[in-house]
Amino acid sequence: MNDDNPIGINRREMLASGFATAAATSVPISAQAKPQPADQPNRMKVTMTVNGEKRTLDLDTRTTLLDALREHLELTGTKKGCDHGQCGACTVIVDGRRINSCLSLAVMHPEAEVTTIEGLGKPDKLHPMQSAFIRHDGYQCGYCTPGQICSAVSTLQEMRDGIPSHVTADLEGTPPFSVDELRERMSGNICRCGAYSNIMEAMLDVAGERA
Amino acid sequence: MRAFSFERATSPAEAAAAVARTPGAKFIAGGTNLLDLMKLEIETPTHLVDVNDLGLDKITPTDDGGLRIGALVRNTDLAADNRVRRDYGVLSRALLAGASGQLRNKATTAGNLLQRTRCPYFYDPAMPCNKRKPGSGCAAIGGFNRNLAIMGVSDKCIATHPSDMAVAMRALDATVETVKPDGKTRAIPIADFHRLPGDTPQIETNLQPGECITAVTLPRPIGGKHVYHKVRDRASYAFALISVAAVVRDDGTGRLAFGGLAHKPWRVEAAEAKIGDGAKAVTDIALAGAKTTPQNAFKLPLVERTLGGILTEARA
Ligand SMILES: Cc1cc2nc3c(=O)[nH]c(=O)nc-3n(C[C@H](O)[C@H](O)[C@H](O)COP(=O)(O)OP(=O)(O)OC[C@H]3O[C@@H](n4cnc5c(N)ncnc54)[C@H](O)[C@@H]3O)c2cc1C
Ligand code: SF4
Repeated sequence: MNDDNPIGINRREMLASGFATAAATSVPISAQAKPQPADQPNRMKVTMTVNGEKRTLDLDTRTTLLDALREHLELTGTKKGCDHGQCGACTVIVDGRRINSCLSLAVMHPEAEVTTIEGLGKPDKLHPMQSAFIRHDGYQCGYCTPGQICSAVSTLQEMRDGIPSHVTADLEGTPPFSVDELRERMSGNICRCGAYSNIMEAMLDVAGERA
Repeated sequence: MRAFSFERATSPAEAAAAVARTPGAKFIAGGTNLLDLMKLEIETPTHLVDVNDLGLDKITPTDDGGLRIGALVRNTDLAADNRVRRDYGVLSRALLAGASGQLRNKATTAGNLLQRTRCPYFYDPAMPCNKRKPGSGCAAIGGFNRNLAIMGVSDKCIATHPSDMAVAMRALDATVETVKPDGKTRAIPIADFHRLPGDTPQIETNLQPGECITAVTLPRPIGGKHVYHKVRDRASYAFALISVAAVVRDDGTGRLAFGGLAHKPWRVEAAEAKIGDGAKAVTDIALAGAKTTPQNAFKLPLVERTLGGILTEARA
């Protein structure tokens, strides 16, 4: 214990306890408090391509794709919010499709191509969606932002691919490009700061349909 | 999460045999429901059999003019399939009304059918729940039950089945195809697939241990206007309070199935003869014998009015 840190926990542990509080809206406290059973972990090797680089990991089978990225590959851009698929902070792109990395096991992804926020662009060469989020202030605290950006990139791709949504009036036609369409398609990404309108501006900008 | 061993099966029969021979084994497809429940230790499989490599990710025409949907077809791909959009619109609509874009990219046809209830007490291991722990009681009866069942309930469980997709499949008279651990296949009409809670709410379907779903088939298209109307607490990304899957033809005949009301998609075929007489005539039959609580009695008028809107729209 040192003077700078009187309660003797590091930043990471503090963040972890913060997650527990955030998750308590959806996860009963009693479930979290349960002691880990003394069962034997099983390990397995898995190889996947992450942001263009082949990576082989030897993991406890319980490791989610999210934890593999954050804890084993040190790609901490992808965030853990609720850890139950409800908030979208963990959204990454796997084999061209956005998914919740918290609800997928790493060992279920042999040979997968995974793109995280770190792989979309680099600080000196940002992805257009990353630049647009900065330009339009598409965030406040920034915690949900990596998931929002991965989701936004995939959303525009899904529209180009002609995948319909809940608000598409004509199922047989090409989904029209509209704010309603984008909002519905982005509903799996929650922003506690409420930056939704600026996220929308950023997406419209990238799609070339500035509002 | 409890520890488990993991294997990837390469054929449906092998997957079924693997689950049958390992006590505590389960299939995993998209993982979006199972992993959620494993994190809470509501599900505690000791072995997982990954079915993602079984080649069951295709949608193909059947000999009698219908469609065979592979068990591993993702909800996104099923909703976006041109044949489904054209001939079975109610199914596309139901899928698109469920979950989020990210979840639908992972969620599979079989996993969606087998997703478990969203009853809040089922999710809370500190509370009694006959479904999670048989014989422990039901905290929802007399508890917070606003979103729980009003049809086919028992004094052991009043949970609902949360799937939107399954409601549309019920209206379309789908059939669930499976392979059993001994390699024999069978076809289960969707009406007989999910069970009412009765005295054994922990048994949710008529699948046998280790039985692996390989496909869901749809009979040839029946025409008509296809509507799926889901009423929920927010405009997107929320489970249904109630939902109505409707196929209504110009001559006034049609199909109606309801979600959010029971432990299975709710359909009473006899009520469909009354479509021409309006929503009240239909719900008088379809919802006869409803058992509501003060918190969820609102579902009765909500279903009638939602159906009323659909029938007016269909006639226009
Ligand atoms: C935040 C959130 C919101 C959601 N909202 C909605 C909603 O509004 N509407 C809705 O309908 N759903 C909703 N869902 C649920 C979602 O649709 C399901 O989680 C999904 O469909 C499950 O499919 P899966 O492939 O991921 O199943 P898994 O989680 O992989 O498996 C589910 C079950 O099916 C079994 N199984 C899987 N494949 C087979 C097979 N081939 N044969 C036999 N058994 C098999 C597994 O053993 C397991 O018991 C939501 C989920 C989340 C997390
Ligand atoms: S309604 Fe069913 S799932 Fe909910 S607490 Fe009662 S027994 Fe459990």
